[in-house]
Amino acid sequence: MITAFGKYITMLYSIFLKPEKFSIYWKRFVDEVIQLGLKSLFIVILMSGFMGAVLVIQTASVIDSAWIPDYTVGFTVKQSMLLEFCPTIISLILAGKVGSNIASELGTMRVTEQIDALEVMGVNSIGYLIGPKIIASLFIFPIVIMYSMVFGFLGGGIVCYATEIIPVEQYIEGIRSFSEDNFGYIRYALIKTSVFAFLITSISSFFGYFLKGGALEVGKASTKAVVYSSIFILIANYILTQLILI
Amino acid sequence: MITVKHISKSFADVQILNDVSFVFESGKTNLIIGKSGSGKSVLTKCIVGLLEPDEGEIFYDDRKLSDLKPKARKEIRKEIGMLFQASALFDSLTVEENVAFPLKMFTRMTKAEIADRVNFCLNRVNIINKNLLFPSELSGGMQKRVAIARAIAMQPKYLFCDEPNSGLDPVTAIVIDELIKEITDEYNMTTIVITHDMNSVLEIGENIMFIDSGENKWTGTKDDILDVKVKELHDFIYVSKFLRQFKK
Repeated sequence: MITAFGKYITMLYSIFLKPEKFSIYWKRFVDEVIQLGLKSLFIVILMSGFMGAVLVIQTASVIDSAWIPDYTVGFTVKQSMLLEFCPTIISLILAGKVGSNIASELGTMRVTEQIDALEVMGVNSIGYLIGPKIIASLFIFPIVIMYSMVFGFLGGGIVCYATEIIPVEQYIEGIRSFSEDNFGYIRYALIKTSVFAFLITSISSFFGYFLKGGALEVGKASTKAVVYSSIFILIANYILTQLILI
Repeated sequence: MITVKHISKSFADVQILNDVSFVFESGKTNLIIGKSGSGKSVLTKCIVGLLEPDEGEIFYDDRKLSDLKPKARKEIRKEIGMLFQASALFDSLTVEENVAFPLKMFTRMTKAEIADRVNFCLNRVNIINKNLLFPSELSGGMQKRVAIARAIAMQPKYLFCDEPNSGLDPVTAIVIDELIKEITDEYNMTTIVITHDMNSVLEIGENIMFIDSGENKWTGTKDDILDVKVKELHDFIYVSKFLRQFKK
C-alpha cells in the first residue's frame, strides 16, 4: 500500500517535468479534451435530463400539501442538482466511462510495449501520456458538469410542461429563488468536480500505467480503476462538503 | 560499440543475469541468443536503461552509463533505435505519424523535411502507399518494417531488435533479417538482435553471444557456431531435427 502510494506520488511528480516539445503536448491536450470531455457529453446530457425529470416528479409527489408552495419543487431540484447530483453522481458516471477507458488504454500500451518504446526514445512517458489527460480533465469536466446542470433543469422543466405536475412558471421561480446563494453553490460544485476530475484521471492512469501482465490484467486494472476512483470520489466528497459548506 | 562488463541482475531472490560481459561491435549485427527465460531481454533492458543492473558497467563507446546524469542518459536514448517483439507501433497514430513521431518530438525539422525523411525511411523498408493506414490495418511483417522505419528515422548509432522474427512466416522472417543486416552495413550502426531463431543466427550472426541461465556461455560467429562444443549451446542448436540431419 505504501509502495503503491509512493509510486503514485512519483508519477504525479513526473507529470510536471518540462515537456520535450510543447506543441506536441498541446495537441495531446486537445485530443484528450475531445476524448475525455466532449465524447462524454451526450451520456452526461441524457442522464442529467432524466435525473432532473425524475427529481421533479419525486419531489412533487412527496410535497403534496396545500401549505407548501409549488415553487418548492423547483428550489429542491436546484439544490439537489447543484450540490450533489451534477458534481458527484455525474463524476461517478465519468469514473466508470472515462476511468475504465484510461486504464485499459494505458494498460494495453504497457502490454504491447508502446510505453517502453516511448521510454527508449527518451520521451517522459508519464508526462506525455498522463499529463495531458489530467490537465484536460481539469479543464473540461467542470464545463461538462455545467452542461449537466443546465440540462438537468431543462429535463425538470420539460416534465412540468408535459405533465403539468406543477406550473412551469412555479418551477422556474423555484430555480431562481434564493439566487444570492447560487454562485456559492456553483463554485462548490465546480471545486468538487475539479478534485474528482483529478482523482479519476490520476487513479485510472496509475492502474493502467503500472500494469504488469497481459490482457487479463488489463481487464482487472480497468475494474480497479473504476472501483478506486469511485471510493476516493466518495471520500473526497465528504471531506470537501465538510470543508466548504460548514 | 557497446561494452557490457560483469553485469548481474536479480529480481527478488531469483538471479537472472550473472556476471555477463561482452563487446557489441559497431558496423556488425551482434546477436544475443538463448532459450526463453535465459535472460536475453533483461540484459537488453539493462543496456537500454529500462532496468538498472545490480552490478556491472555498460559503456556506449567511451560513455559509462551509470556515471551519466539523467539528461545525458536521455541524450543517449536519442541515439538508440529499438524494434520491439510486438512492433510497439502507436495504435492511435497512422504509419507516417508513427515514423514521424521521434522527428517531431526531438528535432526542429520543418514539416516538409519530416515528410521527406518519413517517406525515405518507409521506402527504405519497402512500405509504399501505406502512409495513412493505422498499424491494425497492416500485416505482422509490414508492422515490423514500419517499426524498423521508425527506429531508423533519427539515424541512430545503436539499433536494438527484440526477437524481430517472432510471429512471422519463414519468408518474411528472412526479409526482415536481410533488412536489418543491410541497414546495419549502410549506416555502420551497432546492431543488437535478440533471437532464438537459428535461421537468423546463420543468416546474420556476425558476432554472437549465447546466454544460458543468465550466464555468457559462448561467444563466436555464424561460421563457427555449428561446430560448437559447449553442451548447452549444442543442445540449443541441435534440438531441431532438420539441423541434426544437416550435421550428419
